[in-house]
Amino acid sequence: MTHVNIYVLNQDSALDFYTNKFGLKVIMDVPMGKDTRWLTVGTPEQRGFEINLTPITEDLFPKETAEALRDLVKKGTFGVGVFTCNDVYATYEELKAKGVEFTKPPTKEFYGTEALFKDDSGNWFSLAQLV
Amino acid sequence: MHHFVSQKFNGNKNTPKMITEQYPRIYLYRRLVQAKLFIDAHYLDDIDLDNIADEACFSKFHFIRQFKNIYRKTPHQYLIFVRIEKAMELLKADIPVSVVCYTVGFESLSSFSRLFKRVVGITPSTYLMQQQIIKTQIVESPLAFIPGCFAEKYGWLEK
Repeated sequence: MTHVNIYVLNQDSALDFYTNKFGLKVIMDVPMGKDTRWLTVGTPEQRGFEINLTPITEDLFPKETAEALRDLVKKGTFGVGVFTCNDVYATYEELKAKGVEFTKPPTKEFYGTEALFKDDSGNWFSLAQLV
Repeated sequence: MHHFVSQKFNGNKNTPKMITEQYPRIYLYRRLVQAKLFIDAHYLDDIDLDNIADEACFSKFHFIRQFKNIYRKTPHQYLIFVRIEKAMELLKADIPVSVVCYTVGFESLSSFSRLFKRVVGITPSTYLMQQQIIKTQIVESPLAFIPGCFAEKYGWLEK
């Protein structure tokens, strides 16, 4: 897998969240028209995998779709994925110190230890240490 | 301190078991995380890693071992990693190699180039040149950098 989409409310704010708070790096930043950029981020540990921060704009979606999608994202409807780390307690403490909002602290589950956090738009993710 | 905290918590029968197990670990983690954040913030200074261990209240060897357990790199390796990552960012922004070298905390151009090449696979000057070419190409033909399926879906192909 090389690309995955995350629908965000605002690209600038998402860029700040994913780079400055969550610690990813910008991979591509290509201007595509007035309000839209092709903006992807990724981790240095997994080169070749890009997360595409797609803004929900009327440039890209029909008006009604954009409105509906924004509402759903804001409500926290979408669980987007799992970030796996070496040590979930350490990563949790670090991200919390940087201002990432967690909805569940690291908790032991049968599949590993997992915490849940939200991005600045409302998308949520699992931060997990498997085994 | 470690013992003090765990005894205090174990003494309270109403405390959930999870907390009694996690609290001392979290205390340890916070100190290691602070050490990592210190490196993130001061990577360009002449960081003395012994000082970081002292500030985190660890013996040097215990500190290095614990740090490596979590981050899979020793503090020194991590510091180099942060500097090289930052160097790549600055080179992408078209900053000359010699400026980047000192900006990210290296004292000699040759040791910077050698380390950069070891980590990234090419020298800083080649990397800078590649990034300049990519940037020109992005301006000239942006669609070449976007997977066609996305470009089509977003209606960028006709523009």
